[in-house]
This record gives sequence, C-alpha cells and structure tokens, in this order.
Amino acid sequence: MYETTYHRPGSIAEAAAMLSKAADGKLLAGGQTLIPTMKQRLASPSDLVDIGGLAELQGITVGGGTVTIGAGTKHGEVAGSADVAAAIPALGALAEGIGDPHVRQMGTLGGSIANNDPAADYPAAVVGLGATVTTSKRTIAGDDFFTGMFETALDEGEIVTKVAFPVPAKAGYAKFPNPASRYAMVGVMVSKGTDGAVRVAVTGAGPCVFRVPAMEAALAANWSPAALDGIAVSAADLNADIHGSAEYRANLVTVMAKRAVAAAG
Amino acid sequence: MTKVTMTVNGRSVAGDVEDRTLLVDFLRSNLGLTGTHVGCDTSQCGACVVHVDGRAVKSCTMLAVQASGADVTTIEGIGTPEALHPVQEAFRENHALQCGFCTPGMIMATVDLIKRKGTDLDEATVRHELDGNICRCTGYHNIVKAVLSAAEKMAGAKAAAE
Ligand SMILES: Cc1cc2nc3c(=O)[nH]c(=O)nc-3n(C[C@H](O)[C@H](O)[C@H](O)COP(=O)(O)OP(=O)(O)OC[C@H]3O[C@@H](n4cnc5c(N)ncnc54)[C@H](O)[C@@H]3O)c2cc1C
Ligand code: FES
Ligand code: FES
Repeated sequence: MYETTYHRPGSIAEAAAMLSKAADGKLLAGGQTLIPTMKQRLASPSDLVDIGGLAELQGITVGGGTVTIGAGTKHGEVAGSADVAAAIPALGALAEGIGDPHVRQMGTLGGSIANNDPAADYPAAVVGLGATVTTSKRTIAGDDFFTGMFETALDEGEIVTKVAFPVPAKAGYAKFPNPASRYAMVGVMVSKGTDGAVRVAVTGAGPCVFRVPAMEAALAANWSPAALDGIAVSAADLNADIHGSAEYRANLVTVMAKRAVAAAG
Repeated sequence: MTKVTMTVNGRSVAGDVEDRTLLVDFLRSNLGLTGTHVGCDTSQCGACVVHVDGRAVKSCTMLAVQASGADVTTIEGIGTPEALHPVQEAFRENHALQCGFCTPGMIMATVDLIKRKGTDLDEATVRHELDGNICRCTGYHNIVKAVLSAAEKMAGAKAAAE
C-alpha cells in the first residue's frame, strides 16, 4: 500500500471540508472495497477521510411507505433489521447475501453504491425498487445514479448520506453468487409498486445495473415466473470473463428473474 | 507516524504507526500477537479475523488508525492453554483442524456467530456463516461439527447457570 494520511471528521460538513483540502482525497467508509484496492496498489489516495463512525450517516427508519437507510449503515444491520424484514424482505435478503459476515459487519450501503462495482448487489435494489439517493448536495433518482462501470452521478467530493426505498407491494431478489468472491455473477431485483408499476433490475451481467423493459411489460400483464418464458436479454453488451461467457450470463438473467418473481410471491 | 491507542485483550496498548499500517500488522509486529494470521492479500480467507468493538472483522482490511480507541480481542484473548474457550475445546475434540492455519480466524468467527445468532444453530446456517473463512485442509466437515457442538455445550452451560 502507498503512503496516505488518515483523518477522522466529526461531521459530514467537516468530512466535506477535509476532502476539498486534500490533494487526492477519498472517503473511507467500511473499507471493504477501498482497502483491498489500496493493498493491490490500484488506488493511492493522498488522504483518507473516515466517515465510518459518523452518527449522522447511521440508522434505518421506516415510515410513510418508505424505508430510509443511512449511507453508513452496515450490510449486517440491514440484513438483521426486523423493520426491513417486515417492510421489504427482499432488501434484507439481498443484504444478507453480500460477501460474508465479516464484510457485512464493516461494509456500508453508501460505499457500495458510490463504488458501483458491476457485480455489486445494492445497485439492483436501488434501481429495482425505484429508490432515491440523497447526498450532501441534492437528491438523485436511483435510475439516474449509476452511469457506467464504477461510474456514478456523484460529483467530486459529494457524499451519499441516505437512500430512501419506497415499500413495494411485492419484491424479490435472486442472485447467482460467484462461488469464490460471493459477488453477483448475475443478480435480479423485481418489484411491483403499490401503483402497480413493475421494475426488473439486473446487476452482475453488464458493465452497470440495467432494467429489462420486455420483462417489466410481461410481468405487468401477468405477475408469474412463467410470464418470463422465452424473454431473454441480448448477450451483445454483457460481461464475459473466466467465470462465464456473455451468453451464459444472458441465460442466467432470465433464470434469476424467474426465481426473483417466485421469491416475491 | 501517528500514535494509536487501543485496548487489546483487556490491556491498554499504544504505538506509533504509519497511517497505512493494517491492523493485523500492528497486532503481529508491534504487539507480537502472532496468533492472528494472514492467509491472503484479497480480503477473502478470514485467517485474520479479530473482534473490534464486539464485531468480527478482517484485520487485514482495516487500518490500525481506524481501530484507534477501539476494544480489540484476538485469539490470544479468549482462552488460556489451561482453560480453553468452549469453541477452542470443541475444535480440539472434533478434530476441526489439520495444519491449524485457518483456526484462529475460524474460532473468532465462530465466537461472533454464536454471539449474533445464538446457540440454536443448524448446519445450513453454520455453513452460510463460515462463507468468509477458508480452510485448505479439513474439507469443513469437522469444523461445522465443532461449531454445532460448541453451540450445544454453550447452551447447556447457560441453562445450567440459570
Ligand atoms: C471478500 C469480499 C466479498 C464481497 N462480496 C460482495 C458481494 O457479494 N456483493 C457486494 O455487493 N459487495 C461485495 N463486497 C463489497 C462490499 O459490499 C463493500 O462493503 C462495498 O462495496 C463498499 O462499501 P464500504 O463501506 O466498504 O466502502 P469503502 O471501501 O470504504 O469505499 C468504497 C468507495 O466508495 C466511496 N464512498 C464510501 N462511502 C461513501 C459515501 N457515503 N459517499 C460517497 N462516496 C463514498 C469511497 O471513497 C470509495 O471510493 C465484498 C467485499 C469483500 C472484501
Ligand atoms: S488475511 Fe485473508 S482475509 Fe485477511
Ligand atoms: S486446518 Fe489447515 S487451513 Fe484449515
């Protein structure tokens, strides 16, 4: 790991000020992506601003048809929350499937979506449930937040503070984990809103989370796994690596989408 | 250099470290607590698991400065050779180790698992919860047996105490 200078701010405002003063500063939340990346010397921030302990970023609140989760909330807290399990069980199940218990006791929602790894789970929840992301500067619709591989709508120095997930009528998440890393080979979140609007969001398969309009239309007409028979995404823009070809992932998208609908009930 | 202070296995410790020093290196090199192992450089194997403020974390994926002010427990802090922790005893009784390299992390993960999920565990839960701990020797079978046996004994000890 290259040299770096560590800072521990007491508030979001102080964190933003520290970041703006640093030559090439980065926020440190759970560190479960950033520290492995620094160990591999793939990242070399001059300064680390540790927001992991900020009380302002913690907590889960449920009310008014929305589950709001602070950006610093750990995956394990979302997985273990009785409130989340009651309001959006698919979201708790998604969090329980991230990495392993030790990763879940450090890694945070804000770090996961800010990083936007193509194989991360939370982007599927943010897009698949139609969530809204709040930052230190503004609110961003979930649909506009993820802009490309490891790319988001966040500006330099902008800090994610919380994410609001509308409580759907039904939702389900199904993931085919890479057996070694646990990241999603393919993960699909499906939901039907209280207004009847259907969302199908896919992570792991492409460079960035995406929706599948053909599946959404089929499920809006008939909410059942069988409605997705014969509907497949094109393999043309999907990821291919030693773990699986693009065609394999394209097939997994339909399989996982059907399982997600079955899980949603 | 930054001065870090923390409580490790009930003892107050301090040391000067570079900000980039990993917690595991501080424990092993500065404090000589070599029971915590390093088995990979990708944050995947779990040989380095310790407890920080009551949570099991990979000490290779946390900076020593991040843990400054925290309460840390390592494998050296949970039992003694004369009085093993029930989880250590269960690993010994069930032959849940061969080379022993993964064992400190397995045991720290198991203590955390029983703390979070209680003693009423089934095999599927144990296997899911050990996702973050890799063993190259045992094939996991006896490790799962040891975890279940430790949980059962700890439940029995708790019932007897009540
Ligand atoms: C072994 C292993 C397995 C894993 N498996 C999975 C998996 O199955 N699925 C999955 O989705 N993930 C997985 N992860 C990643 C894990 O979920 C990380 O916790 C997560 O991606 C990053 O969150 P963090 O809090 O650790 O962020 P950090 O590593 O601290 O930061 C990541 C990035 O986000 C930025 N950042 C952090 N917080 C904010 C904020 N509030 N606002 C703006 N920017 C911010 C940082 O500057 C940095 O660039 C795994 C990680 C490991 C080590
Ligand atoms: S040394 Fe392998 S996870 Fe920490
Ligand atoms: S006993 Fe050898 S790695 Fe587990």
